[in-house]
Amino acid sequence: MSSTPDAVSQASVSPGVASPAALAPTRAFYWSVRRELWEYRSIYWAPLIATAVFFSGFLIYLAMLPRHMREMPALIPPQARALQALLHPYEVVEGLLMVVGMFVGVIYCLDALNGERRDRSILFWKSLPVSDLTTVFAKASIPLVVLPALVVGLSVVTHFVMLVLSSLVLAGSGLPVAPLWSEVSFVHNSFGLFYHLLTIHVLWHAPIYCWFLLISAWARRAAYLWAFLPPIAIGVLEKMIFNTAHFANFVMYRLAGGTEAMSMGPASSALLGGHLTPLRFLGTPGLWLGLLFAAGCLFAAAQLRRYRDPM
Amino acid sequence: MPLIEAHALRKSFGSTVALDGIDLQVAEGRILGLIGPNGAGKTTALNAILGLTSYQGDLRVLGRDPWSDRAQLMHDVAFIADVAVLPRWIRVSQLLDFVGGVHPRFDRAKAERFLTKTTIAKHSRVRELSKGMVAQLHLAVVMAIDARLLVLDEPTLGLDILYRKQFYDSLLNDYFDRSRTIVVTTHQVEEIQDVLTDLMFLDRGRIVLSCSMEEFESRYAELLVRPEQLDAARGLGPIYERSVLGRTTLVFQGVDREHLASLGDIRTPSVADVFVAVMSQQPRTAQGVPQ
Repeated sequence: MSSTPDAVSQASVSPGVASPAALAPTRAFYWSVRRELWEYRSIYWAPLIATAVFFSGFLIYLAMLPRHMREMPALIPPQARALQALLHPYEVVEGLLMVVGMFVGVIYCLDALNGERRDRSILFWKSLPVSDLTTVFAKASIPLVVLPALVVGLSVVTHFVMLVLSSLVLAGSGLPVAPLWSEVSFVHNSFGLFYHLLTIHVLWHAPIYCWFLLISAWARRAAYLWAFLPPIAIGVLEKMIFNTAHFANFVMYRLAGGTEAMSMGPASSALLGGHLTPLRFLGTPGLWLGLLFAAGCLFAAAQLRRYRDPM
Repeated sequence: MPLIEAHALRKSFGSTVALDGIDLQVAEGRILGLIGPNGAGKTTALNAILGLTSYQGDLRVLGRDPWSDRAQLMHDVAFIADVAVLPRWIRVSQLLDFVGGVHPRFDRAKAERFLTKTTIAKHSRVRELSKGMVAQLHLAVVMAIDARLLVLDEPTLGLDILYRKQFYDSLLNDYFDRSRTIVVTTHQVEEIQDVLTDLMFLDRGRIVLSCSMEEFESRYAELLVRPEQLDAARGLGPIYERSVLGRTTLVFQGVDREHLASLGDIRTPSVADVFVAVMSQQPRTAQGVPQ
């Protein structure tokens, strides 16, 4: 084949990029992420629906606000009562979205590298110049980048809309609006939420998602069983034989750990209060061991996808 | 330099030998048909060429080692592994977006031109298309990739004859030129006889016949023998004999054509008949080798 048509076609695809090899990695990654969003539409539908459900609840709550205020102790002045009643649902939405995000993330990971072998479409994906590592990274970015970003984004937008609606209700009742905004402290709270998602849901939980991706790449079928039954079996056996719970503690530490990221004041909740301690978090060995394990899982998953016979 | 060069290519699954030391050379501009019974090793050979399976021996495709270099190799190689491997959830427009996004040699306008000749709607999902339409769609995508090597593994299996005919017609008319190379396996041997430039029979991991179609035509002759000449014809050692409605057809290998012409009508035999003849000469053992 002559080189002229090649040069022309490449130039028309992407002017200024010298060779297809140079343009491939980022473009291939971008399109691989998009195809995950095409295939698994629950990635964005589940959080959107959760937000919609929460929001309709919030609207009903707003409508019933006068009653809530009446039910509070009469000693508290009306302004404080309104404030307390309005602040109540703020943490619910982020908590709800985080749970939905984790749920969708786990279900996604267990199917991501299994479904394409089950329906044989892997033979099509592998006919394209996309490396297995690029594909695996694109799949890992769903629970580690896309879902957390969606949770933060939807929470922040919902909070803002809630603040505006609450302000209207307060103003409508002739109460001052400013205390609400200072109490919720929108910017500070949004940053705190972002920080929490980044430290716990991305960095601390990364090994869980990557482990599930590896299970999904390895299991020929029943990836869900392989993901959940062996850990349960190990925990039960350990308890029966040694009457200890080291493994269960180890799993719990990974699920609920990472508390080094924030120090709690006595009255503050995890999300609206708390003092950020990123340096203490970064000094936790469990974080780095977990990330190392996560990287190992992704690499192993890519090797499995690459070197195992396709069917 | 040949596009595909294999030397002593071997692959076994446990104790089952799928490829038993194959030597293979495919030059640019050829259309090679790989033909063999189930379990002959056709798909294994193609998978090795595509970097989908490991192997022993030497194999270079476009100068690269397919096993270590698959992603790079796919810039210049396109393949259809089977009918119905397109993801069922994808929309036609998404498929074109994706291939256009990751493949620098994909010409989207060309793919859309092929699709306008079909009844496939751009917003359809693959699961809504018939099997024949999925094959048309996959072919449209693959033909719009400016690849040097196209590999087709049973691309028309399970399609009706109209789709099969159309498939090979578009492949020849809209895609193939002398700078492209195609390797195809199929069970519908008759349909691709006129398409091929080269022929290879595989049986239990070994090559039992390998020749160009010109060699095939000069080496094999089919004789529709006159009844009174039957014994004389049989004396020349036919490799295959078949009787239909009282007329006997004999296939000969390397027998002088002028001599045969005196015994009846001669023509070029079908690949299918020669395939059966060659396969029946092979010592058979228990079947059941996985493909």
